[in-house]
Amino acid sequence: MNVLELQKVRKTYQEHVACDDVSFNIEKGKIFGLLGPNGAGKTSLIRIITTITKADSGSVLFNGVPLNAKHPSQIGYMPEERGLYKKMKVGHQITYLARLKGFSKKEAFNQLDYWLDKFNITDWRHKKIEELSKGMQQKIQFICTVIHNPELLILDEPFSGLDPINTNLIRDEIYELNKKGTTILFSTHRMEQVEQVCENIVLINKGKNVLNGPVSDIKNQFKEHIYQIDFIGKLPENIEEHVTVVEELESSIKVQLIDVGHANKFLNYLLTQKTLVTGFNEILPTLNEIFIKIVGGTSDE
Amino acid sequence: MNKTWLIIKREYLSRVSKKTFILTTVLTPIGFVIFWIALIFIMSSGVEKKKIALLDPSDALQISEKGKLRDGMVSFSYPKKNLDELKLTFIDEGFKGILFIPEQSLDSATTTFNIHYYSNDDISISTQETIKKAIAKHARKIKMYQLGINDVLLNKLNTKIALQPKNLDETKEDVSDKRAYVATALGAIMMFLIYLVIFIYGNMVMRSVMEEKTNRIVEVLISSVRPFQLMLGKIVGVGAVGLTQFAIWALVFPLLYLGVGLTFSGKLSQLQELTTTSTSNSNDMEKIMFIFQELGNFNFGYIIFIFLIFFLGGYVIYASLFAAVGAAMGDDWGEGQSLTLIVAIPVIIAFYIGIAVIENPTSTLAVWSSIFPLFSPIVMPARIVFDPPVVQIITSVIVLILTSILFIWISGRIYRIGILMYGKKTTLKDFVQWMFRKD
Repeated sequence: MNVLELQKVRKTYQEHVACDDVSFNIEKGKIFGLLGPNGAGKTSLIRIITTITKADSGSVLFNGVPLNAKHPSQIGYMPEERGLYKKMKVGHQITYLARLKGFSKKEAFNQLDYWLDKFNITDWRHKKIEELSKGMQQKIQFICTVIHNPELLILDEPFSGLDPINTNLIRDEIYELNKKGTTILFSTHRMEQVEQVCENIVLINKGKNVLNGPVSDIKNQFKEHIYQIDFIGKLPENIEEHVTVVEELESSIKVQLIDVGHANKFLNYLLTQKTLVTGFNEILPTLNEIFIKIVGGTSDE
Repeated sequence: MNKTWLIIKREYLSRVSKKTFILTTVLTPIGFVIFWIALIFIMSSGVEKKKIALLDPSDALQISEKGKLRDGMVSFSYPKKNLDELKLTFIDEGFKGILFIPEQSLDSATTTFNIHYYSNDDISISTQETIKKAIAKHARKIKMYQLGINDVLLNKLNTKIALQPKNLDETKEDVSDKRAYVATALGAIMMFLIYLVIFIYGNMVMRSVMEEKTNRIVEVLISSVRPFQLMLGKIVGVGAVGLTQFAIWALVFPLLYLGVGLTFSGKLSQLQELTTTSTSNSNDMEKIMFIFQELGNFNFGYIIFIFLIFFLGGYVIYASLFAAVGAAMGDDWGEGQSLTLIVAIPVIIAFYIGIAVIENPTSTLAVWSSIFPLFSPIVMPARIVFDPPVVQIITSVIVLILTSILFIWISGRIYRIGILMYGKKTTLKDFVQWMFRKD
């Protein structure tokens, strides 16, 4: 079951093409990564999903239904550029946003109590936003995003500007929500974060989607059969006749093989040459490497 | 609609509960009351009856024959003492000063009459005037007697000119000549009120839009509500704040007026008595009475109704324009100044037209500018007291309503794009492009 299905979504601003026939699906209950360099069209795409703007062509289905005015109440959105009413009190702020999402007064207050309690910040309730520190404000911002129990949570660069403590706190919270069944769309250009949290990704560059699928599949797809061999003692002297050495260290070596079958043969070769092998691992490319490889010189930045 | 209501409520409550709102709403009437009470005290202390001793040893004024001097703000006493004696005792006897008439003749040939005034204090201008008038009046009496003229004869010389504005339509009642004065004042007040409202509350809407944009909360908001709802909620919410303030003042001022009137009724009636008995002010008093009478002749229900329509129409047109400008402005205040000016110019032009229209409410300029929707909210209220033809009013109202709707729509188009634009200087060209851009 897919929470979100995008088919050939296209969006242009005057001459600039922000999204060029982007298609992908987000499976229910998954953490999905929307990747791309700055200016790739991530925010434009998110604004279409959150119904802030409309696509010129193509379709966006939410739970199988074309996006309509009722859907925003099922989506929680934390934009990259975020902020709150500085003069408003924490409690008012949160309940106001919850009510704009369609919550009744009572529901909003219940949720407010729950979250303030959860983050241990009940005594902030009557403080004005401007009285809080940046980190505190970010917690409130997060609560505002999830206060209405959204089915789909869209986080645009959620960790930008967060200190390590808050980063962990928010990440744990995201995991917990995910466990409870919330689908999460996680937009970022920071690949190491994606690798940690996302199961599926779509990579966008210059408005086009260039990659799409589970992280493990993509890694396999882009693997270059690089293996790391840990050993004790000496390697055979004519090893370079058999493989391409990528990197050689004192007790380990990285080599590039031709294919998976080659790995067995090579290991066999090492063993027959009486090399004492302590480790034999395939090194998969990081998303960062894949990202750079694909985007490479074609990025705008 | 429910969400728009939430936005209206937030905009309204967050402003009404602000200290500055409470202060201005409460302090303005209080300020007026203080000013007013101070005025009563200052005036009543100024008009306190002064007792003055009049010494006329040569009987130049012929008091015994021709009667005493008329009292106004000054009451004259005629002690039988000589000047040097009185100089020592006049303060103890409760006199403010001594008016001494030196020996001289007073007859029909007299052009200048000398009097001496002795006092410890400087003589105030009003006291001087009162004394001079009282003596002059008395002198006139003596002269008239000598010349054999009486009041009846003198009045025959006067011709009162009565200018009566006539209505072309003979079935209608003729208007009084005082009406024009009252109408001018009334029209000017209403025009000025709308002018102020457009600027004060239009600016409030603009700031509010900018605040959300610079705060970056706007993107969160419009992922929940449509930008149009947000803008509309703002305009209605801020407008309601303005109406609340006016309503409070409209209730409080008459109450305070009554309260002050009752509390200081003694002083006020004393004031009134003095001003009516005083010779100088009777004409002003008459005018004031006329004005009050004339005010009663206006159809206030009708005027207020029309005023409210133009008040709201003008507010909506300009507030939506200010909202669009606010949305187009970036984080930088200075950037949008030129755009603000573009919105402000028609308001200022309308104000000057309004001033001209009050002078000449039936001119071609008056007719057309009270129909042109960017001017009509200011010009029509200035004209309405002069009873313009109903056809013109209806035309103007229809044009106004249609324009309000159009401007809200246009501003909504600009607003929805503008609030998501950062770091780019907005030009008028962008405005036009945004208007026609699809979602």
